[in-house]
This record gives sequence, structure tokens and C-alpha cells, in this order.
Amino acid sequence: MSARALGLGPAFRQAAFAPKFARNQIARRTVQTQSLPPSAAEGILNKQRLQRPSSPHFTIYQPQLTWYGSIAHRGTGAGLSVLLYGYALAYLVAPETFSSANVVEIVAGLPDAVKYAGKAVLAAPFAFHSFNGLRHLSWDVGKFLTVKGAYSSGYAVLGATAVTTAALVLM
Amino acid sequence: MQSIVARSAIRSSKGFRTFATSAARSQAVPTEKPVVNKEFKIYRWNPDEPAKKPTLQSYTIDLNQCGPMILDALIKIKNEIDPTLTFRRSCREGICGSCAMNINGQNTLACLCRIDRESSKDTKIYPLPHMYVVKDLVPDLTLFYKQYKSIEPYLKNDNPPEDREFLQSVEDRRKLDGMYECILCACCSTSCPSYWWNQDEYLGPATLMAAYRWMADSRDSYTAQRKEKLQNEMSLYRCHTIFNCSRTCPKGLNPAKAIAKIKLELATE
Repeated sequence: MSARALGLGPAFRQAAFAPKFARNQIARRTVQTQSLPPSAAEGILNKQRLQRPSSPHFTIYQPQLTWYGSIAHRGTGAGLSVLLYGYALAYLVAPETFSSANVVEIVAGLPDAVKYAGKAVLAAPFAFHSFNGLRHLSWDVGKFLTVKGAYSSGYAVLGATAVTTAALVLM
Repeated sequence: MQSIVARSAIRSSKGFRTFATSAARSQAVPTEKPVVNKEFKIYRWNPDEPAKKPTLQSYTIDLNQCGPMILDALIKIKNEIDPTLTFRRSCREGICGSCAMNINGQNTLACLCRIDRESSKDTKIYPLPHMYVVKDLVPDLTLFYKQYKSIEPYLKNDNPPEDREFLQSVEDRRKLDGMYECILCACCSTSCPSYWWNQDEYLGPATLMAAYRWMADSRDSYTAQRKEKLQNEMSLYRCHTIFNCSRTCPKGLNPAKAIAKIKLELATE
């Protein structure tokens, strides 16, 4: 029975051709390895963890209606709140200056361009935040909970915002 | 009869067949595919040189000498251009979830993402967003797995049927469809801005959908305890229904819906 039939061919070949005596002539490896106990692994890992960078996030993520809409909702909500509380507190501090009559008088004296621009700046966030709030409420009761639903309701909110803003500005 | 004789006379006089074509034309020549060079810009960071800032490294490969998917391109680059490029991959068919990464701004599996053949535009590849980087495209998912473990993702029932398996109606089984298929690739969690800012406390879409998968299971008797665990400010309620998770899921699942259902059940119980 031949060595090949027994499956010993590779082993014999290896034994026959192994460079037994040539081993010392092979250049020594220049890389030095250091042997460490297994207990050192945790320390090495912790040291490496301290140096790991955090991967980039909002700067590289694709702009999508989903998260841009969410940021806009938060931004407009914060802006409208600041305006509301700011005005209320200002009225407490100086009731004369911030009385309705005085504000109406000041606004009436402004040029038309400033009036329209100011109305747009107030109306757009108000309209968007209101409609998007309805969108959030419908999600909370279990409606539009698909990607398609989120997108169609999102575009509907944007459309309604545009129409309402135009109507409020021209009012 | 006469014409046949005439023809054979011509043939014999020339000594070879007159209709023979040239050798080159008789053999099928393999059509040369045009070279379509495409640039890939890939995030690189090497833990052996931690002081060096992460960079985008550019590689150009011929798309006609490469498979159709991003993973094919990555493997080609690693095999032929730069063996130090590091990324995770295993099944190459979208079932293991290893090759999750951010490709052209969207989280997806490299093995399921086709290469855009438009060669004038480069393709940018980053690791999953807002995760600690082990090396190049390999993020540290330790916390992600810990969060998954924390919701006890297994059947808990103190009174199992004595002599047979759990039985479940077709309707009850259907409630798990769209949730049990999750492969935990972490695409959804790392696409979520809430998870970016609060991942130390907020569980994230993947884990929350797994939590709801066990809440919705008619065989599990710990639904109340599972709900109780989420009844706090951070674990669940950092979800603001942004929908990045469902939008990005490479398996087409809907974590946002599962989370909304948990909220609804917690609010109406």
C-alpha cells in the first residue's frame, strides 16, 4: 500500500525536505515579541479603549427628512418658547414698554419689508411646529408608523406649513 | 452539371478552399470590458498610532474587475491594494450583520449595498456613526451587546406546559413577524441621533425592538416586569420618533413602530 493511499504523502514529504541543518542559516527575525500573562489583557484593552476615537456622526450622515424634521421641530419649539417666556418676563420687568398698545405702535411704524419679513420669521416656525406636533400626536396613537407614512406625513406637514405661512404673512 | 465541374476545376487549380476566412475571425475574441475606475474614500484609524487623527484614505478600483457589492470592493481593496484595511465581514448575504457600516451617509450592510456605477462620484465609507473605533471600519459594540443582554432576550415563563411544547395561535405568532428577523447589526441604533447623544442610558432602537419582541410574545409571562424596567426617563423615552432607525434598517424592519407600541402600551395599561 502506498503512502498516498494511506494519506501519509504530505507528512513524508515534509519530513524528507525539512531544512533540518539549514535552520541556523536563516536570518533571525528582527521583530521581538514580549510574552505577557493573560491577566495583562484587561490592562492593554483599557489603555486602548481610552485612546479610541469616536466615529463621525451628524457631519457625515445623509440629510434625510426624518432627522432634519426632528431637529427642526425641536429648534422651532425652543425658539417659540424663548419668545413666549422672554416676552412674558419682559412684560413683568417693564410693563409700560411691552404693553400691547406700545408694541402695536412700534410695529406700525416699521417699513413694509421689515413687517413682512418679521411676520414670516414668526409664522413659519409656528406653523411648522403646530402641524408637526399633530404628526407626533398621530404617531403616539399608532398612526403613520411606517417609513412611507413618516415620509408622506412629513411632506404633508411641509406643504401645510408653506400654505399657512403664506396665509399668515399676507394677513 | 457543367457548373459543378467548373467549380471543382477552380478549386483544384487553386489548391485551397476559397471561402476560408482568416484565423483571427474564425475564433471568438473575448470582448474587453472597458475600465470603469471608481474612487472609494474609506475612514482609516490605526490603534498602533493612536496620536494620528482618523483620515479618509482614497482607493481607486476598476468596477469591471470587481463584484457588484460594496463588500466585494472592500475585499478587492484588501486583497490587491492595501492588506491593512480592516473591516468585519462574514456571510456576504445579509444574515450575519457583521459588515454594518456607513456607506454614502447611510448605515447599511456592505454585502447588501450595491456599488453606484457612476464613476464620477466617489463612495465614502465610514464606520457606524458615534461609536468608539477599534480600527478602521470596526466599531466597538460592547455596550450595544450589553444593552441587548440587559433586556433578557429570551423566553421567561414560570409555568411551562408540563409534557409538551408551548402552543401559540397563528395570530399570536404573527405578532412577532417583523421583529424576530432582527440580526443585531446595529445599523438602526447607530443611525439614531438620540442614541448618539444618550447611548450610555438610552437603550436604542435595536434593543427596544428586541424588548418588545418578548413583550408581544404570548408564551412569555414576564411582560409586566419587562414593561416596568423601561418605565423611566432614559431607557425608552429618549425615543423621539425620528424614524432614522426604520429608514436605515437593511432588513426592512420597523423598530420605530415597535417602540411606539411600547410607549402606547405603557401609557394605556
